[in-house]
Amino acid sequence: MPKIKLPTKSPHIDMTPMVDLFSLLLTFFMLTTSFRPQEAAKIDTPNSISDKQAPDKSIIIIEITKDNKIFFDMNRNGKTFDKNGKEVADTASHFRKTLLEKMGERYKIIFTAKEKDKFDKGASFGMPVVSLKEWLNSDNPKRKAELQIGIPTDTTDNQLNLWVRFARITNPNAEVVIKGDADADYKTVKKIIDIMQDNKVNKFNLITNLQKEEAKLEE
Amino acid sequence: MGEIIQEEKQEKGGRRKNKKHSTNIDMTPMVDLMCLLITFFMLTTAFSKPKVMEITMPEPAKPGDPPPPPIPADRTFNILMSGNDKVYYYQGLADPKKPPLPTLIKTNYGKDGIRKFLLQKNKVVFKRVEDLKTKVVKGELVMADSTLNRKIKEIKKDKTLKPPIILIKADEKAKYKNVVDIIDEMAICNVASYAVVDISPVELEMLKTAPK
Repeated sequence: MPKIKLPTKSPHIDMTPMVDLFSLLLTFFMLTTSFRPQEAAKIDTPNSISDKQAPDKSIIIIEITKDNKIFFDMNRNGKTFDKNGKEVADTASHFRKTLLEKMGERYKIIFTAKEKDKFDKGASFGMPVVSLKEWLNSDNPKRKAELQIGIPTDTTDNQLNLWVRFARITNPNAEVVIKGDADADYKTVKKIIDIMQDNKVNKFNLITNLQKEEAKLEE
Repeated sequence: MGEIIQEEKQEKGGRRKNKKHSTNIDMTPMVDLMCLLITFFMLTTAFSKPKVMEITMPEPAKPGDPPPPPIPADRTFNILMSGNDKVYYYQGLADPKKPPLPTLIKTNYGKDGIRKFLLQKNKVVFKRVEDLKTKVVKGELVMADSTLNRKIKEIKKDKTLKPPIILIKADEKAKYKNVVDIIDEMAICNVASYAVVDISPVELEMLKTAPK
């Protein structure tokens, strides 16, 4: 019996539509992406029905962890206004750098240009100023985590107050966002609010998870 | 998958044709790379922006400020929070100079607890807001979202409806979650006048003797 000769097909598949789709997806993700900020500690925020979006520019963030450690974060850039109150496009205000300089001046710590740069690019931190230098220079993640013991708020050495004050001087337009863990003590939150009010901040944004709730009036 | 580019055979007749390259480009490496990038972006993207609840604290009184206007006691309700998710409320003002002190009523954070109480006190306002909302949903009234929000705000602030004034107070044992929950209840029940204030020593005493 003669063998049936199958026509040899080219194994080539046309990938053009696939590539089209991929490019589209890639473009979409690249444009919509806003990178998840690096978290110093895990924070479970409480739920609320509020659906207002958090401001993401020009903010001071205070984080409170479950065990009541306080972390501080500030945007590197933000809106700046000229004398007439008009917004000036500014992409490199380097607020954090100025902030660190001010804090170093106060505590007589001299930070090198490299350290300032590192701080400028960094995210939230929570340690006394004295260990800030070591934290910036350390490459060991374990040691870095060990150093994060929270910003001291004792009455004798209220460093959070100073951070907030210098941050307010550096960027007077910054809004304050409080990101607290649901199980953090209200005492700690109250202390932060008091510090803020000392610095003439009376409006707060509390970060919450959206959870819809309906209420009905019983007749 | 390298492709072999076939050369066209010379045709009979001797006329040379130009070399024809296959128009197929091997896209596999490109697809690989794109897959990788898409996966990367998908995993690192934070899609939902965090939501926030706005809260404005009363400005601390400065020396020399005029005393605040008195608040009507019959419309004032205090919510006291303590550890272990305990929550109490009482009406009026606790003044040690004017005994007897009001009694604390224990409640909970659930639907039948504090919300029921707040809805009952804020009945008129809540009903008006709900009526307005349903009318808009049903299409009986046509208005933009911003107008609707403004109207709701007006109803909430309408003094003639005598809305309750809520004072939120938490002691040192209360959790952050508790305070957020209560402020959230204010939003759910359409209560416009509320403030988070410091707890007074009298109220701390009242909490000590409160029903467990």
